[in-house]
Amino acid sequence: MITDIDAALLEKIADLTGKPDAALNIRKDSGCEARQSTEHITITGKEDKPGIDIRIKDGTRGEKCYIPVIISKTGLSELVYNDFYVGDDCDVEIVAGCGIHNSGCDESRHDGVHTFYIGKRSRVHYSEKHYGENAPNQTGQNVMNPQTIVYLGEDSTMQMDTVQIRGIDSTRRYTKFVCEEGSEVVVTERLLTHGSQSAESEMEIELNGADAKGRVISRSVAQDQSRQVFYPKMVGNAACFGHVQCDSIIMGEAKVQSIPAISANCTDAQLVHEAAIGKIAGDQLLKLETLGLTPEEAEETILKGFLA
Amino acid sequence: MLELKHISYRVSTPEGELDILRDINLTIPDRELAVFTGPNGGGKTTLAKIIMGLARPTSGQVVYNGEDITELDITERSRRGISYGFQQPPRFKGITVQDLLRLAAGGEKLSKDRCCNYLTQVGLCANDYLDREVDASLSGGEVKRIEIATVLARGGEFMIFDEPEAGIDLWSFARLTETFEALHRQKSATMVIISHQERIIRLADEIIVVAGGEIAHRGGTEEIFPLILADTLGSCPVIGRKEAR
Repeated sequence: MITDIDAALLEKIADLTGKPDAALNIRKDSGCEARQSTEHITITGKEDKPGIDIRIKDGTRGEKCYIPVIISKTGLSELVYNDFYVGDDCDVEIVAGCGIHNSGCDESRHDGVHTFYIGKRSRVHYSEKHYGENAPNQTGQNVMNPQTIVYLGEDSTMQMDTVQIRGIDSTRRYTKFVCEEGSEVVVTERLLTHGSQSAESEMEIELNGADAKGRVISRSVAQDQSRQVFYPKMVGNAACFGHVQCDSIIMGEAKVQSIPAISANCTDAQLVHEAAIGKIAGDQLLKLETLGLTPEEAEETILKGFLA
Repeated sequence: MLELKHISYRVSTPEGELDILRDINLTIPDRELAVFTGPNGGGKTTLAKIIMGLARPTSGQVVYNGEDITELDITERSRRGISYGFQQPPRFKGITVQDLLRLAAGGEKLSKDRCCNYLTQVGLCANDYLDREVDASLSGGEVKRIEIATVLARGGEFMIFDEPEAGIDLWSFARLTETFEALHRQKSATMVIISHQERIIRLADEIIVVAGGEIAHRGGTEEIFPLILADTLGSCPVIGRKEAR
């Protein structure tokens, strides 16, 4: 049963309200809360381990698929495998995401392994949002460890938008792309940590085919005593182009490490990385105050824009 | 009306105390266009910052529309109608030109047409800029013009522009001068413009020459402009030598 709390989580992590006219799988507290397939997108449960298979037929265009996960129990821990088989010539949007409403004092944890096998000439827009909250006066930790592994076929593109909204006490994220000839990947990562949270994000993009392109745009805000570590790595094994850009705003007593790496194994590979860590610039705050915002509103506006 | 009464601003340096401004007394009547000009380091920007609250005077009073605002912070002064265009505006990753104009307009839902209008007034095409982030992808001149557009969108009764011409190309500058001229003609706001540009100085109702932390001269264009030119020539040793031949 979807409670009001679940509904609010679903809206927050997947912009999902009601039942959409699309392929859908809602996982709640390790069970299947809802599932529907469409003519072109089939969702089936795995038999050998927890998780689902999503099969998207060749030529599927303009369709969406929602596969959000919600946890409302305290002390629940799960490891889930979701495999996506995207055919050739598709143009689809996949919305994942995980929300935890921790009702008690024990750790709730979701480890999700998403593996994408994308055919040729397809376009996939994949988004996932992660969010955690506690019931009033409860202190259970919320943990999420997402892994995303993508095999991107020739001339295909994938845009991955991944956001950690707030409330995740610990996360270890691993993202890997293997890109064939003419394919293109754009990953945008937005991450907020606060309190004593910790986040580690490792990313590896292998550009294996000629004309493959990879772009990573990572923006993060570390508040209070939280800690963040980023390891984005771009590997050029062909005549390719790769760009890694990491920006972090550091606040309070937070600590941030950003360790981008570029590695070329071909003389025609062009790889660039940029990384910056800094606090909110004083002149940004002053400018917004001259527009009538209080210092607190100015800070909030800057962070909201940065993580948008 | 804005009144500055006995404004002094002193800073501590390794060499000792340094007076940036010394006992400035100045009244700027409503709807007047005052130009602050003078040599670099003379105190123009500090004086403008003291009006906006970006700097606090060591002593003296800032009185706006009869209210002593010396102790008010930037936000409160902004909400009373004072606005400020920075000489070197900051950039914001993730905030678009449209976002910034809307914030300037007080968070109201500013129509695309209105945004377009403000950008046109500073010589920018709205279609090219509205959805662009105010980040390092914009040139210095573009950011500067967007900054001026935010002051226009703010629509305050007291507008301060710190060297609006700096970093702006000749063609955009001509457009900008027309905008200042039109604003002044409409008499919708009091304006203080810090400038070294003759075309802007000539728009002024009153020219205030700030030098050495004091008001060196003040008056109308006809009266003050020849003095500025004389000062300029007098301070150039090369011209001085040529004339001596």
